[in-house]
Amino acid sequence: MNLTTRRGLIGFGGAAAGGLLLSGCDAVVGNAKLKAVAQSAEAATLRWQRLIGRNGLAPEFSAADLSPNFKVNGTREPMEPEYQAMKAENFANWTLAITGLVNNPMALSLAQLRSLPARTQITRHDCVEGWSAIGQWTGPQLGTLLKAAGLKTNARYIVLRCADNYGGQVSKGGAQSTSRYYESIDLVDAFHPQTILAHSMNGSPLSVGHGAPIRLRVERQLGYKHAKYVMQIDVVSSLAGYGSGHGGYWEDRGYEWYAGI
Amino acid sequence: MATSKMTGDTAAIPAPSYLFHRHTLAVRVTHGINAIAIAFLLGTGFNIFNAHPSLYWGHYGAEADAAKRWLEIGSATTPAGQAHGFVRIGSLTVRTTGVLGISTGSNGRLQAIAYPGWATIPAGRDLATARNFHFFFAWVLILNGLLYLGHGLATGHLRRDLLPRLKELGPATIGGDIIRHVRLQFPKGEASKRYHILQKLAYGGIVFVIIPLAILTGLGMSPGANAAWSWLPDVFGGRPSSRSLHWVAANLILLFIAVHLMMVVLAGPFNEIRSMITGKFRIDPETAK
Repeated sequence: MNLTTRRGLIGFGGAAAGGLLLSGCDAVVGNAKLKAVAQSAEAATLRWQRLIGRNGLAPEFSAADLSPNFKVNGTREPMEPEYQAMKAENFANWTLAITGLVNNPMALSLAQLRSLPARTQITRHDCVEGWSAIGQWTGPQLGTLLKAAGLKTNARYIVLRCADNYGGQVSKGGAQSTSRYYESIDLVDAFHPQTILAHSMNGSPLSVGHGAPIRLRVERQLGYKHAKYVMQIDVVSSLAGYGSGHGGYWEDRGYEWYAGI
Repeated sequence: MATSKMTGDTAAIPAPSYLFHRHTLAVRVTHGINAIAIAFLLGTGFNIFNAHPSLYWGHYGAEADAAKRWLEIGSATTPAGQAHGFVRIGSLTVRTTGVLGISTGSNGRLQAIAYPGWATIPAGRDLATARNFHFFFAWVLILNGLLYLGHGLATGHLRRDLLPRLKELGPATIGGDIIRHVRLQFPKGEASKRYHILQKLAYGGIVFVIIPLAILTGLGMSPGANAAWSWLPDVFGGRPSSRSLHWVAANLILLFIAVHLMMVVLAGPFNEIRSMITGKFRIDPETAK
């Protein structure tokens, strides 16, 4: 083979590689096995972040840093009749049930939750889409409630079941998926001091848009983990049995369960 | 190929061409892995950007925070009903219909999207898949980069080949190199065995400044990393600022790739590409002065 044809071949190879790169990348990310390999990065990220800062606190800000207009995202208002009935009563008959792998199952009213010692924190909310907003949140630490409920030794996850049907295409979340929003966190985040059940935002009772009567704040993770309209807390050993088993509405649709990045 | 013609006892005999072992196996392998990782990181990164095609400066930033927004890629419709794409930087708006803001989708129809499908991985809007692959290749980039740096330190490659000598940093050397580049005169013979100063600055800049900046600004956006290293977002002026600088770093990498590939083509693509695959680089005898 002489040099000219070899050069031609390399030129052709380069052009072909360029073309393959564009269509090939789509083939790679569309391949289920390769996608599973890519998703292994989530476990590496979780382990690494726990290694460098298992007890680290999310940055807190001052009142001067508050977003003038904190964006309402996700469900703006659950239209389910049960939720609408509770909203009409200003959540007077709403109760938060803590059940599952606990020694003392409990049901707390909103008044009881409001009377518990609360933590107030001004933190940054990071949406998976890319925007950020700073708000002030007040509510009891989830760890306080879980200690009162008494976790059984096989407890591993906290599942938050919400009032809102997020809607959209149920099938996108897999055969077992539902349109009902839910989320889950592990015990490290559940007992983290900044993990609270917020009943107030910026000094006022939580609005419907931001998740009335309570929403989870789990400050070291992205916005979709901060479940709004929380109705029930299940303490479980496995996430199987909820939706498609990935631990959340968006997780069933391909997003990372560990949303620390 | 070269037939030397003897013209007398004093005439210099041109040295024959020979193959020089230019790149070590470790450099070739880490370069290849790096190229694949960067390609996926850029493509998935543009897909992720499309989920919120605005950049802000400070500690918060969303649609309502116009005062914090410094860049936006979007689309609008004129009163006459004509849709157009635009990039807005500060008060400057540039129409980019067909490429940025509005482009032709895979179905052949115009769609409103910041980066066009041909530039994103996957081609369609898919934040979840783009994120899965972005963070996988971020790990690949970091681990592969650490291997490269470890090898480069241990063997002296970084010090010997990339670290500029003090005398190279004078304006005369850099200026002369720029002029030779503009004239498309590239080092020949023995001189082509070493990187000249512009190469050292470009390669060193991408290895020691731009890629580390991309990694650190990426971590500056991570709420988990922010909790572990609370100083990190503050170094860049906040999380939205980190996101802005992450985008700037990505564009600098894109610019580097464009110039790098252009130089490979201009300097002789066969010899250059072969040297990054087999390690062998042909040295031609220096032409007569």
